[in-house]
Amino acid sequence: METLQNQRLLLSGNEAIAHGAKAAGVRFASAYPGTPSTEILETIAKFPGIHAQWSPNEKVAFEVGIGASLGGARTIVCMKHVGVNVAADPLMTFAYTGVKGGFVLVSADDPEMHSSQNEQDNRTYAKFAKIPMLEPSDSQECYDFVEEALTISERFDTPVLLRCTTRISHSLTPVNVRSWKDVPVKGFEVDIAKYVMMPNWAKPRHQAVLKRLEALKDFTEETPLNRIEWGSKKIGIVTSGVSYQHAKEVMPEASYFKLGFSYPMPLKKIKEFASKVERIIVVEELEPFIEEALKVEGIACEGKKLFPIFGELNPTLVQKGLSEIGLVPEPSTDTAAPIQVLPRPPVLCPGCGHRSVFYALRRMGAHVLGDIGCYTLAALPPLESLHACICMGASIGMATGIAQVEGSKRPVFAVIGDSTFVHSGITPLIDAIYNKANVTILILDNGITAMTGGQQHPATGRTLQGSDTIAVDFVALAKALGANHVETFDPYDFNATWDTLKGAVKRSGVNVLVTTRPCALFPKKIKGEPYQIVAADCNGCGVCLKIGCPAIARSDAVTAKGLAIPVIDESPCTGCKLCADICPVDCILLRSDIGKERVEA
Amino acid sequence: MAKTTGKSGNGSETPKSDNSVVGVAPDSENKAMNILIVGVGGQGVVLASAILSEVALSAGYDVKKSEVHGMSQRGGVVSSHVRIGQKVFSPLIPNGRADVILAFEQAEGLRWVHELKPGGWMITNAQKLVPPIAVDKKYHYPEDALQQLKKRADNLHVLDAAEMAESLGNVRLANTVLLGALSKALKIDEKVWREVISRRVPKGTAEANLKAFEAGKEK
Repeated sequence: METLQNQRLLLSGNEAIAHGAKAAGVRFASAYPGTPSTEILETIAKFPGIHAQWSPNEKVAFEVGIGASLGGARTIVCMKHVGVNVAADPLMTFAYTGVKGGFVLVSADDPEMHSSQNEQDNRTYAKFAKIPMLEPSDSQECYDFVEEALTISERFDTPVLLRCTTRISHSLTPVNVRSWKDVPVKGFEVDIAKYVMMPNWAKPRHQAVLKRLEALKDFTEETPLNRIEWGSKKIGIVTSGVSYQHAKEVMPEASYFKLGFSYPMPLKKIKEFASKVERIIVVEELEPFIEEALKVEGIACEGKKLFPIFGELNPTLVQKGLSEIGLVPEPSTDTAAPIQVLPRPPVLCPGCGHRSVFYALRRMGAHVLGDIGCYTLAALPPLESLHACICMGASIGMATGIAQVEGSKRPVFAVIGDSTFVHSGITPLIDAIYNKANVTILILDNGITAMTGGQQHPATGRTLQGSDTIAVDFVALAKALGANHVETFDPYDFNATWDTLKGAVKRSGVNVLVTTRPCALFPKKIKGEPYQIVAADCNGCGVCLKIGCPAIARSDAVTAKGLAIPVIDESPCTGCKLCADICPVDCILLRSDIGKERVEA
Repeated sequence: MAKTTGKSGNGSETPKSDNSVVGVAPDSENKAMNILIVGVGGQGVVLASAILSEVALSAGYDVKKSEVHGMSQRGGVVSSHVRIGQKVFSPLIPNGRADVILAFEQAEGLRWVHELKPGGWMITNAQKLVPPIAVDKKYHYPEDALQQLKKRADNLHVLDAAEMAESLGNVRLANTVLLGALSKALKIDEKVWREVISRRVPKGTAEANLKAFEAGKEK
């Protein structure tokens, strides 16, 4: 990694933030994985001289970060936009105490919800917590803004929000990386009135925050992070983040007010800019954050009447908006309409241990309260056996609530993954036990945080930086909390899965059932001997097509009755044998067993 | 195997060393060249676009590339935007402005062909990957994808990268075969391609990958 200094590299925004953190002397980094933020910590973890860790959830990651900062270390804490909701409690009050070592919170937002349950605009958090916010527009700015943010953090004694979006975090652009700076850890100093937020000390600290905000309002007017690019005086575009790039693409000739430091906003400077151009257009994704601030200040501008308030922007949408008021031609329509091609929704992988559980739940007619992870895909056809998903850890609480009002006549299950259970499933489990709910909680333990690409967590026995550690024991934990019944089962054994689920339905109280198969992809790809369908024995019932396995497809062959005979593609088949377990005529066999059967016959 | 149609189509001939451009090149004007690489999650689209971007950077161009991670990795649709030029602003290709589309799978080529600009190049792998959803009789895999592409793309270049890779001894070389085909549409020195490929592929596979690149270039 030492060689990655003083060079020009092609980096994603996330990688650039990690490199920028190392260059700026960051000593501590924490996070919970979440798209589009995950690669920041994965990259930082490789640098020497930084303690980098996955925490169980974003709140804990943030609090450990507070400690590192109070200990005097430069600190970075990273999460996806909805993770900031989880960390909002410490954030709102850390804004009062201020920092010792510089503290940067990276929020990676996901406009368009490419991989998220909502598209909230986290710029609002800067205003809510009264903390400064920086918004990079490419990877070079991601890299540079980390050090800027740390300097501002230390100078103004405040946590700083570095807000990115998917198209910043996951776009690769060239970056000039500098040499690494060494910033020593300053050490903790007792300052009760600053760090103990009881009412008597919190009141003066709130006053300090308001005074700090005034100082930041002066700073934002001067900092080169906010810059004017003069062009035609007919149009002035005020913008930030990736929206700046889309706007420059469409209307390079306009004058630009580019906000790099976007809270508090340099309203005096923008007002002066506005006075020198004929018309002000605000180009921003999601909420009218800039537009409203300008309007409150009495700066006439147009924004959301031209551009959507939902989804992400792109050059075409920006062009369309600007064309509505005749500033640019309409986007060209010389290309034909898209051709309708069958959808290709993401699916559970071949060999995924979750599949048999959802197939059983479907067959049982259960109501399933789900959670965030790969298994959320079980809501899609053909499994369609997950019926609610709100946020990390919500499954157990939702199942408990339904049970408490007897809102379902069917068996009710909560389904949650191992990483999500550690994140925020333990407290609702305590709630269910404490309030004597009749629920069954399935912990789908595949030993990894899979959806985000295979990250370690507190129940895997490994840390982010690769050392062995103690693993949470789910069975012992659930028993210690007082669950009525706790057992494990192998989801590759369909009969055992079925019996375990059926058994739980008959028992009252809180049942905790834990699966035991590792993820088919991480940490290593599972590949067993593939199965084959003996076409001559197949009755064409199609049951094996209902488990949503990518390795099984229809073939052109048909049975005597004209029903399609499925076929298994041996290359993706991992030999999990779910299809063989559920086949009513036992015509799905291991390749090596087919010969044997013939010999016996 | 190569099927080319359209004005400048000469893809079935062996390209001359210095004059192998069949598409367009990043020009000196302030216009980015847009390459859209599409396929199915797990096929290697993201790595291929990373190699292309490295090549462009090494050749002295500004470059931006953007794609979406996460849900799309589980066998879903993947598209990666690569933009190359003297100065690139947006990381996203404006609708219908792709100069070249490189499709790792033929139905995916069809899904994205409307993003091709008039006169642009569609380079597609002949591979078919029927999604699991097709077990539902409501959905049909477009068996005539190549014929439809022929109608829609001004320039079409089809190659069976999997078969070519297999004949080279390893089906996993298919992505490099496709990059070889793509390289013909870009006016970038072959030396740069060879250097970046050697650097980015797994240790010990550089020679095989360079052969695959060459094969894709020749087709």
